[in-house]
Parts: sequence; C-alpha cells; structure tokens
Amino acid sequence: MRTSLDRDAISQRAALLFAGAILLVILVLPLATLFEKSFQNRNGEFVGLANFVRYFGTPSLVASLWNTLWVSVLATCIVVPLAFVYAYAIRRTTMPGKHVFRALGLVPILAPSLLPAIALIYLFGNQGIARFMLMGESVYGPIGIVIAQVFFCFPHAFLILSTALAIADRRHYEAAEVLGAGRLRVFLTVTLPGVKYGIVSAFFVVFTMVATDFGIPKVIGGRFNVLSTDVYKQVIGQQNFEMGAVVGMVLLIPAVLAFVADRWVARRQVALLSARAVPFEPQKHPLRDWLLFGFCALIAGCILVVLGISIWASLITYWPYNLSLSMRNYAFANADASGWSSYFNSLTMSVLVATIGTTVIGFGAWLVDKTRGAEFLRGVVHLLAMIPLAVPGLVLGLAYIFFFNSPKNPLVFMYGTIGLLTLNTIAHFYTVAHLTTLQALKQLDPEFESVSASLKISVWRTAWQVTLPVTSPALLDVWFYMFVNAMTTVSAVVFLYGPFTKLASVSIINMDEAGFTAAAAAMGCTIIATSAAAKILHSLLAEWLARRTQAWRSR
Amino acid sequence: MDRNVVKSGTAMALAIAAMSLMAAGADAQQRTRITVYTAIENEQLQPFKEAFEKATPDVEIAWVRDSTGTLTARFLAEKDNPRADAIWGLAVTSLLAFEQQGLLADYKPKGYDALKPLFKDQAAPFTWHGIDAFAASVCFNTAVAKAANLPTPKTWADLLNPAYKGKIVMPNPASSGTGYLTVAAWQQLMGDGPAWAYMDKLHDNVGVYTHSGSAPCVQAARGEFAIGISFDMRAASEKTKGAPLDIVVPTDGVGWDMEASAIVKATKNMAAAQKLMDFSSSADANAIYAKYYNIVAHPAAKGSAANYPAETEARLLKIDFAAMAANRDKTLAEWTKRYDGKSAPK
Repeated sequence: MRTSLDRDAISQRAALLFAGAILLVILVLPLATLFEKSFQNRNGEFVGLANFVRYFGTPSLVASLWNTLWVSVLATCIVVPLAFVYAYAIRRTTMPGKHVFRALGLVPILAPSLLPAIALIYLFGNQGIARFMLMGESVYGPIGIVIAQVFFCFPHAFLILSTALAIADRRHYEAAEVLGAGRLRVFLTVTLPGVKYGIVSAFFVVFTMVATDFGIPKVIGGRFNVLSTDVYKQVIGQQNFEMGAVVGMVLLIPAVLAFVADRWVARRQVALLSARAVPFEPQKHPLRDWLLFGFCALIAGCILVVLGISIWASLITYWPYNLSLSMRNYAFANADASGWSSYFNSLTMSVLVATIGTTVIGFGAWLVDKTRGAEFLRGVVHLLAMIPLAVPGLVLGLAYIFFFNSPKNPLVFMYGTIGLLTLNTIAHFYTVAHLTTLQALKQLDPEFESVSASLKISVWRTAWQVTLPVTSPALLDVWFYMFVNAMTTVSAVVFLYGPFTKLASVSIINMDEAGFTAAAAAMGCTIIATSAAAKILHSLLAEWLARRTQAWRSR
Repeated sequence: MDRNVVKSGTAMALAIAAMSLMAAGADAQQRTRITVYTAIENEQLQPFKEAFEKATPDVEIAWVRDSTGTLTARFLAEKDNPRADAIWGLAVTSLLAFEQQGLLADYKPKGYDALKPLFKDQAAPFTWHGIDAFAASVCFNTAVAKAANLPTPKTWADLLNPAYKGKIVMPNPASSGTGYLTVAAWQQLMGDGPAWAYMDKLHDNVGVYTHSGSAPCVQAARGEFAIGISFDMRAASEKTKGAPLDIVVPTDGVGWDMEASAIVKATKNMAAAQKLMDFSSSADANAIYAKYYNIVAHPAAKGSAANYPAETEARLLKIDFAAMAANRDKTLAEWTKRYDGKSAPK
C-alpha cells in the first residue's frame, strides 16, 4: 500500500511540475519580459520607475484608470445579477422553454466583442433606428460601452453561475422545509451559500473582462478613454512600448485582487456533492416560474434584437442610402486582402486551441485539485492559472512579441505561425476553462479518492474511470468555450498574426478601422454562424454524453 | 461504457487535431515568397499583387496590411529580428525613422531616375522611393447639413464654428497617418503655438477621434457625423458610392504624406526584394497607382479617380518631411496630453 501511494504522489507531482512548466513558457516568461520592458527606456536601458512616474504624471492616463474602474464596476453590477436570475430560472425552476433560453443566453458568446458595438451604432448611433431611446445622449462613450459590455459578458457570467447552480443536495432543501424555513430564508441560507464560489468567480471574471476588453471601447468609446484603449494607442499609435507595458502592469492589479479573493472563498467552500448526496430537482411553482419566464423572455429578446441588427447590417448594400439586401459585403476580398482565407485560419486555430487547451487545462485543474499534499506546488500552479484572467490580450500579445521574437529564444521559429497563435490563445483563455473544470471537480467528494486509496486503486485509474466520465460534460463545455473564444478573440492575436495566418477576428478589426463596417459585420456574422453550428453540435454531444455518464445524478 | 465514451471522444479530438495540422502544413511553394508590409488601402492589394506577379513570375507576394501607425509599431517591435522582406506603400515619415535606425537597405531601383524629384530619396543611403501622395480632405455630408442647417466650411478656421459642436470626426494622429499629416500641416501652416490654440478650439467641436484615416469620411458619408477630416481618395470613393458628400479642400492649404517603398536590410531574399523595388518604381506600376491616386511618382502617369477634387494638387502645402518625422514623438505626446481621454462626448 505504501509503495503504491508513493508512486502516485511522485507521478502526480511530476505531472504538476510539467503543468507549471507549460504555464511558465506560455505565460510567465513572456510577461516577465514585458515587466522588464516597463522598467526600461526605448534603448533597453534600465530606468527604474521613470516610466511609472511619467504615467501617473499624465492626467489623461490617470483619468482612464478612473473611467475603466467605474465602467467595469457598473457593467459588472448589471451583468452578474441579470445572469444569476437567468441561470436560476433555468436551473432551479420548472419554467417552460429552458433549453431555448439556455441557448439564447449563450448567443453573445458566439460573436466577437466588436459586433455588439457595431450593432449598437446601427441601433442608437446618430443615424440609428432607435436613437430616440437615448433621449439625446450620445451612444459614443460610457453608455455605449456599458450596454455592449453587458451584452458581451452576459454569457460568461451565465455560464459560470449556471454551472454553480447545476448541482445541489436535495437533502438540504428538505431539511430547511422540515425546519419551517420560508422561501426567502431557504434562498438566503441554502441556495446562495452553495453558489457563492460561483458568484465571486463571476464578479471577477466579468470585472476583468470589461476592464481589459478593447474591442468595444474601440468601436463605440468615442472620446471616452479606458486603460485597454490606452495600451492600444500607446503602443500602436505612439510606438511607445514601455508605456504600454506600464499600463499593462496597472491592469494586472485586478488579477492580484482576484487571486486573493479566490483563495479566500475557496478555503470556505465545502464540497456540495458528497457521495451520499441526493440531486436536487426543482418543484413546480407557477407564479415564480411565469415571472421568471417573463424575465428570461425580455433578456433573450434583447439578445435577439442585437443579433438580428448585426445580420441585417451585414446584408444592407450601402447604409443608410441603399437599403436593398445583398451578399456583397460577404465578398471579403474587396475589403481585406486576405479575403476568406482568414476565416479558414481561424477555424484551424480554434480546433487546435480547443483540443490542446482542454487536454492541458483539464489535466492541470485535476492535478491542482487532486494531488495529495504538495500544497505549495498546487498553490503556485493555481496562481499561474489565475493570471490570464486579468492579463489583457493586448498585453499578452505584446509580451509574446518581445519574448518569442527575440533571436535568443529557441522558440523563435514559432513566430507568426498558427502554432504561436494557438499557444497564445490557450494562455489567454486559460483561467475560465481552469475555473470551470475546477468548479466541476470541487463538487465531487474527495471521498472517491479516499475509497479508491483504501481499495489500492491508483489515483490515475480513479481519475480515468470515475473523475473523467463524471466531469466530461464540464470538459465538453470547456472544449466549446475554447473553440468559440478562439474564433472570436481579437486583442492578443492582433499583434501576432503572420502574412499567412491572419485570423477572421483580426480582419474584422482591420475592416472596421478602414470603415468597411458592413463587411466587418458580415465577417462577424460568419463567425457567429460557425460558432452556432459548433454550439448545436455541442448540445447534441452533451445530451448524448449526459445520458451515458450522468445517470447517477437522478434517482 | 464510460470508458468507451471517453476513448471515442479522445480519438475524435486527436483525429481532428491531426487533420488540421496537416492542412496547416500543406502549402509548400516553388516560387520565392516575400513578405511585404503595406499600408495601402485594402481594395488595392489584389491588383498590385497581380500586376507584380505577372511582371515577375518567380516571386510571390505575401501581404501584411495594417494602418500606418500599427504597421510602423510592428516593424519597430520586430527590429531585432525583422519579418518583412520589403515595404511597398508606407508613409515616408515612417520610412525616414526606419532609415535613421539603419533598418533599410541601400538600393537605387531601375526606375529611380525617371521619378519626380520629390518622390525619391535624394541623399545616400538611397533607401526609399515614393509611389503616391495622399492629402487631407474634408468630407461634408450635405443631407445632415441641410437637416441641421449647417454652413459649408471653406477653410480650416471655418471648422471652429460653434454650430459644428460635436459634429466633427477626425483621425487620432497617434494611430493614423492621415491624422498626423493633418496636425503636422497645421503646425507648419500656422506655426506651432497658434496650431495648438487652433486644435484646443477644434477639440470642442470634435465628437470622436478615430483610429484610422478612412473612418472619418466613411462616418460622414453614413451621416453618423456631419464633417469628417480624412484624405482625398477615400472622400472620392465614398462620394462615388453615392453618399451625399461635398468634398472640401480647405483653401488655406492641406497637409499630405507620401507612400513609399523600401527593402528591409535584414532580408534573406535580397534579389526578389530588388525586383519588387524595380517594379514599384516602373512606369507600369505607376499607371496602376494612378487608378487609385491622383498624385503619383512617375510624371507620365495621370490620375483618373472619379469625383477626385481637382483643386487638391494646387492646395498642397510645402511640407518639410524631415521635420515632420523628427517631431512625431513630441507632437503626439503633446496631442495625447491635451486631447486624449480628457472627457466623454458632450
């Protein structure tokens, strides 16, 4: 028994070290190079804090810091409650149309962030069809940013909260009922504590998403500056890499906060689903169910309007003068030299990102959760896995240029290839995939491992025969999360594509910047169509998988 | 049963990954492929590439296209390990900065002697030659103007009219080549101090600063804003598409920049890059440039774009490009300090 345990412990630790090494190369070393840059001047000489002093001495840049903060807080405080109610309605009630609502709630995830912003211009811009609704306010600025961010971040919060709400132990609710607790009390003392890990995760994920997204403020921010557009302007406009690095460092602050909070909550999270748990199944309650149905219909309706406007915009021949519909905007070669090839590059990269990413991240999360002992190592790998959450794509992209394009780097051959774009994108979306897997793993009772150990079954075998099948729906979610995000991501890859590896999302940026808004919308719709097809495949697979592996959840 | 599910899923995923890797590796090439950085407009890339490859069948172009500021930033970020073999169509003010850092090769292309003097590097090392010029233009949407009862501007000073408050859109000079040439021209036209005083007042009328130089005219064409400060060819093409635009070339003179070509010193395909320079400076190439630009490097090529404002060439200011390149950092820092992120749109 002892030897078997030791062999497990050693192999798990070795694997954990390997996972840490991967994160080191795809994340830490590039960021360290960038960190170094923030303390150097243009010629690479060390200048201490001079860049930071200059940054905080520039009032407009400090104003961006404040703008980013309040816009992110506002958008987060709108998104998370909306997503919570939406997820609650789907997971914990018997309301009709749940599958449709779930699918519609995830629609915004299928689009690059630029697309809702483009749609808002058609809706509320100075020539917009519904501009009267803003009562004279301009959509260019915080209003447009917040609306578009709410739309864009909704599915991300929904996904996390929906996973958190997916499982509950019916015995807790039965106990509460027996003790005579009212509905509100049950909600406050049973439901909320059970998902607080998910809620805190959702807050940080959304906050950092809003704070670091640059697609939306770029399209609809007007003269309202935020940190991410500052990075873009400092680097791209003024070729001022060291100041870009400084803003990047400032944007890392939320990551540190997120990490501290995450550890704090995680320590208080008790496994919800013990080996003796009885799965929760919602009971009928017509008033609540129909009220929530109305709420979900409203949210889903808003999502459909934005989607519909995007498709309509992509089909209009020359807005607003020639409203006849045509496919002209889909002939991308007229608007961007790479034409349709950028789309196929995106497809290739997304499959690679999803497949390699799910394997590596799922495995890494399992090691972080299930390695016996090795507290320090697990903490380090988890910390590394949390970092990408707050690293803006632009900063990661910039870091990759400095790190991978240095002649001294043995990996320099990867520069400009699909391979590097793949690595970068895996690193960029590591955290949410990691947290989703971890969330699924945390709901499994550690007793499974204890029982296996006492039966002298190796941890690897338990993982393969119990943990993997049970968490396979979460892994499937992760695969499609990675695929769809790889299809839609812009900010990191905009610096890294090579002459033959331009991506669809980058060509949207290029087309929008050049003023080919309709063609940009058309490419956005092509991406949506692809992601939607993937999603349909996802739900078919998920249903099949659930039938095969999740029968134990219901009695 | 569980294991089968997982196994078949894994096998499928691996098969997909293998297939996509194969697809990614499967485009081997016989001809010399050179990477060319450019900032010319998207619709010009295909015709330029076809013409060159027809004239030089053994060389193939792979474009990297971005707006002037982006491409310049990228080129400088990569300077320790350059990725481009050549540049075909990037603002000369950027190329002057590259030349200063020793990143460009010394080469006088075959067509050099025939080009207009203004369009070629006059002192050793001979690193660049111009291909075309683009000038600032103001796009004025007559439909929006009629609805809001706005007068047509004639000069730069007219843009300060309080009636235009929030209705002007101009490119951010920090990212846009058009934006910077416009600001640099104001500085050279009015003098440094008065130019900043002018921009202080103009700032009150500007609704949005855009990333690219095309976007302001496109937004004016769509009626998103009444007035877009942009460049000549985009103004002409939007009007040709049917937008209700007046193209205003301010009578006090407009700024302009030149797009130019050069060889990257570190290229491993020097012979192919030289062939590209020979073509780029040829009369044939200039005939193609002239389809899109009215002012081109070769004296024999005449522009023919529809709706092009004929008065532009006469109103071009005399620009000191060396000063414009040298002042870029300082001007942009000052511009950013004054106008960037100061406030939300009013």
